[in-house]
Amino acid sequence: MKIIVIIKLVPDLVEELSINSDGVSLDSAWLRMIINEFDDHALEQAILLKERKPAQVIAISPDYDGVDEVLFTAIAKGADQVIKLKGDFSNSNNHALARGLTPLIQEIQPDLVLTGVQANNDQDGSLGPTLAACLNMPFIGYVSGVALEENSVLLKKEYPGGVLSEIIVTIPVVLGIQAAEKPPRYVAVSKVRQIMKTSTIEEKQVSELNNNGGVKITRMFQPETNSHAEMITGNPEEVADKLLSIFKDIGVLK
Amino acid sequence: MSQDIYVLIEHIQGQISDISAILLAAGRQLTSIHNSKLVAILLGYQSQNLINRISADHVIYVDHPSLAEFNQDAYILTVSEIIKSKQPQIVLFGNTTIGSDIAGILSISLNIELASSCSHFTQEGKIVCQICGGKIMTEAIPSSSTTLVTMVPGGYKPESNQLNFNPEIENFAPPPLNDLRTKNIRLIQPGSTDVDISKEQILISVGRGIQTKDNLELAENLANALGGVVCASRPVVDQGWMPTSRLVGKSGKHVKPKIYIALGISGAPEHVEAITNSETIIAINTDPKAPIFDIATYGTETDLFDLIDILVEKVEDAKSG
Amino acid sequence: MPERVDFWGIPETWGSPALFVYTIMFLGAAILLFRFYLRARLWWKVGRNDFHFNNPLKRIYRLLEYAILQTKILSQRYPGIMHISIAGSFFIFLIGTSLATIDSHFYKILVGTPYLIHKLVMDIFIIVFFFGAGLAILRRFFQKPERLTYSKGFTWSLMLLVLIVFGGLLTESLRLAVEKPAWAWWSPIGWLGAKLWIATGASPSVLLNWHFAIWTFHLLIVALAIITLPVSTLFHILTGPINIFFSNPDRKPGELSTIPENSENEPIYANSITNLSSFQLLNADSCTECGRCQEVCPAYASGTVLNPKKVILNIREAMNNFKSGLDQKNRMLIGDWIPEPMLWSCTTCMACVQECPILINHVDTIVDMRRSLVIEGKMDGELQTVLENIGRYGNSFGQSDRMRARWSQNITPKIKDARREQVEYLWFIGDYASYSPALSDITLMTAEVFSKIGLDFGILYDSERNSGNDIRRIGEEGLFEMLKEKNMASFEKSAFKTIITTDPHSYNTLKNEYSLDLRFQLLHYSELFDKLISSGKLKFNKKLNQNVTYHDPCYLGRYNEIYSAPRRVIMATGCNLIEMPRHANRSFCCGAGGGRIWMSEGDIKERPSEIRIREAVNLKDVSKFIVACPKDVTMFRDAVKTTGNEEKIVVKDLIELVYEVI
Repeated sequence: MKIIVIIKLVPDLVEELSINSDGVSLDSAWLRMIINEFDDHALEQAILLKERKPAQVIAISPDYDGVDEVLFTAIAKGADQVIKLKGDFSNSNNHALARGLTPLIQEIQPDLVLTGVQANNDQDGSLGPTLAACLNMPFIGYVSGVALEENSVLLKKEYPGGVLSEIIVTIPVVLGIQAAEKPPRYVAVSKVRQIMKTSTIEEKQVSELNNNGGVKITRMFQPETNSHAEMITGNPEEVADKLLSIFKDIGVLK
Repeated sequence: MSQDIYVLIEHIQGQISDISAILLAAGRQLTSIHNSKLVAILLGYQSQNLINRISADHVIYVDHPSLAEFNQDAYILTVSEIIKSKQPQIVLFGNTTIGSDIAGILSISLNIELASSCSHFTQEGKIVCQICGGKIMTEAIPSSSTTLVTMVPGGYKPESNQLNFNPEIENFAPPPLNDLRTKNIRLIQPGSTDVDISKEQILISVGRGIQTKDNLELAENLANALGGVVCASRPVVDQGWMPTSRLVGKSGKHVKPKIYIALGISGAPEHVEAITNSETIIAINTDPKAPIFDIATYGTETDLFDLIDILVEKVEDAKSG
Repeated sequence: MPERVDFWGIPETWGSPALFVYTIMFLGAAILLFRFYLRARLWWKVGRNDFHFNNPLKRIYRLLEYAILQTKILSQRYPGIMHISIAGSFFIFLIGTSLATIDSHFYKILVGTPYLIHKLVMDIFIIVFFFGAGLAILRRFFQKPERLTYSKGFTWSLMLLVLIVFGGLLTESLRLAVEKPAWAWWSPIGWLGAKLWIATGASPSVLLNWHFAIWTFHLLIVALAIITLPVSTLFHILTGPINIFFSNPDRKPGELSTIPENSENEPIYANSITNLSSFQLLNADSCTECGRCQEVCPAYASGTVLNPKKVILNIREAMNNFKSGLDQKNRMLIGDWIPEPMLWSCTTCMACVQECPILINHVDTIVDMRRSLVIEGKMDGELQTVLENIGRYGNSFGQSDRMRARWSQNITPKIKDARREQVEYLWFIGDYASYSPALSDITLMTAEVFSKIGLDFGILYDSERNSGNDIRRIGEEGLFEMLKEKNMASFEKSAFKTIITTDPHSYNTLKNEYSLDLRFQLLHYSELFDKLISSGKLKFNKKLNQNVTYHDPCYLGRYNEIYSAPRRVIMATGCNLIEMPRHANRSFCCGAGGGRIWMSEGDIKERPSEIRIREAVNLKDVSKFIVACPKDVTMFRDAVKTTGNEEKIVVKDLIELVYEVI
């Protein structure tokens, strides 16, 4: 059983984001790239599957500043092999990444490909469906429960309102993980540092990055919010008083 | 290629979801640019009764047992045929568990462009999308051939397109739908001995800013004081501090209370889309740049840990006094 | 001529009494040593052998201080007097018996006046013993304080001791009743007893028989006490002093040990009995179950599942189980013997370590066990989030490291950047003072005060990281190392003479775990002000005539023995300092340490901070609660609200007092 996990790094939204001088992309100078939290869940789900039945977990990441630590952490969590896809991904979209990953994945011939259901910087749809189409595998997204059967996967797909759909799908399949069955585990810093000394990250060069399939961006900007909340200021006492009068006005409080 | 605007209607268990109305509203705006037709794609099994709830000019209806509920392969094969034969200008999908699952696949297999997380279109038909948790917006032009667009709520009111409920019906023959790789087994309803927050009028919602499970008490106190119910955003439910029945968001419930008090919630799009129908939204968050303040009616930067106890006291006093 | 007679009144019918006595005593001693060895070898066979002998003189000195003079036991009056009466009298009896042995075989010293003094002293200490025993009986059967263990073993030990001394007294009184010597009043109690025997009218031969019987009984009871020592509650007579001896005298309280490694340089985690150190196992065996640790523990007082006494005793149980092979179910040290919530409830305040009369270190063992949980990722989601935030952003608030100095953005002139220009003082601020919105006024006030008194100071801006003190005590050694490396690198690149900090947690680790000593001086700001005041460089214009109380922060007080500097500063502001009952090294923790401030409280009766505020409010006319730690400010301000004491007392940081008077 081979499980591939695709891990992307995305902009950390804790930091201030600014637009590049070209006007159509993010300024990378102040950008901190962190692991896409949904990909973190995908990795966790893969490790959970491995803990239940013997499997080989292979994590693949496109090359970004900070990716080494992410991949070593993946090993520390239980991944058997990690591969860095080398190339300049600064201007590539998910279509390009999907095409770039395809030959590598086909070579490995996995049973499952897991990746996060979305990433905060997706502009041309999320990676999962695009990758599945390139690989000619079925795709199920918004998955929050995975069980491996003989030649198929039994999974739970989330619908609005807390409704879940139980689906069975043939192997191989690409899954877009919404949430792993348990929150991603913690790995002690010393463990990761230990792994950095003893493990290696394989590198594969991407052949070409073809952005076809994404729309042409003409402008990137920060939203001019035409509406904004009426802000209430003052010390807590004063704020509470104002809120109380709002409650009365609305009719929540008689 | 025609200039028609196509919309994929989403339905589950015989109900058309709200996003479909938003897609139709956006579609209607787009059709006015080139004076083209608004066409709804409805895939189902014996679902003709839904057609009269669709406000479009034309409905392409495909009937097949495999299309009774959403099925990836069945939908992809069918919609693919429709796009290939009709060549619409734009096809609108929801950025949802249905739309997102198939749009990307169609983009590759049909070699057409895809834009995701679109909130609205400009007068000229440019695609305006939001990324990075709503902090960044992009503007793009549709391609010269068919363009696929997945949409998020927020740009259009579902009720804004109430023109035509008597569309032309076209019965479209489905392609062979036998060898499907995905199979639906059953739908599981949420364990619902709990309150249905989508029907509650007073909601106190907690997000990451609540920090620890113990602090939920603050929200509960406020809810008790106001006669409301506590609900939560995704991070809180993922931690197990609240059951999924209380989840407000894309995968949870959409709510429409009289008052929605958001404690320590940043306002990520997946959450915001589920609360836009609230009458009054009050956001309490120490981060002045939190996106929630863009959609809230009232807001304050006061720390909830300093505010809630005092607020509860005042409410209690007002009730008794 | 009064002199000691060997084996007075003991017949030689069955042979020489000496032979019997010495045979029995040597056999007894041999059995004692053997049984002791059987137990003691577990410490290094089961556990990791790490007994050290560094600084032997100091170890012996501590032995005298804590085992002989028993200064720590005496820190509580009633049980202190009680114990020293019992233990002290037995020391005397031991000396007395040794003198008798010397007298018997080597040198006749117990003749004449020395003999009489010997008799008198022994008798006096019989009274002392019974006084102590009386206190003990009262305590164990009537007062029944919660902290003691009430089991048959303790009753049995007490009874044994009473029987031994009583037996000795009876023997002596019977002899005096027969001999009626002229110097009888030199054994006042014995003689009083003798008078009772005489009053019965029994003949000397009857009395002699009684004497022989009771003497034999006394001999056998002593032998019994000796051979059962290793399995009775009296074992602490041996293990206590041994524990005191092996407690590292060079240990700085504020410095945790690094994670031990095996021969292949792999870390050893305390997740099983076999991975605990021999000293930790010795700790478990020597615990006298006095419960003083339990009594002062804030986690216990607030109703969490943690009881430091239980932690130690459960390790003992685990050892028993391990040794006897009875543990079929393979119970885990952590999880079964010591549930994980117990470990996470500790605030690392060290009140338990401070109180323990035989120098057990509970906190070390708890941190060791936490380390094994952390390496396995076994912790609550909240703690995980905090650790990930600290790893990524260098602070526990999950905010960007670039925002660390945002509190100072409106200050003009801008505070000096210690990374770019030379300053005399580097102000290490800490997470809470930097990021907590509620504390920003105190941080601003501090900056203002520093400026006003003309300090040449600077800060590290966004290069400062969480010092790692609490991270280390949560058990994340690797993260601590990473933070230390980053901070040290910033220190190396900057030019300054002294580091001052307003955060005792940072102070502790910078001082004790950062290996700074040789290069930079480190001061808590209260120490700095104290120095400036005493050297005359800082004078205050006003005198606040207020009644205040001062709460010693754990990491300033117990950890680093800084008690008087803050007090002198308070008094220099003209305030009238009224101490809470639990002050200085007995200060009661606010409950935030050990990472607790980031964890769920769980189901507790009352927060430690609330308990403390009530203690302060009980003082007459005290309106201000002075603290010197940002976490204290946070915890106590909350507690004042939740206990409804806003009208009665207000929490102020020391800097706020200073601000009012300069």
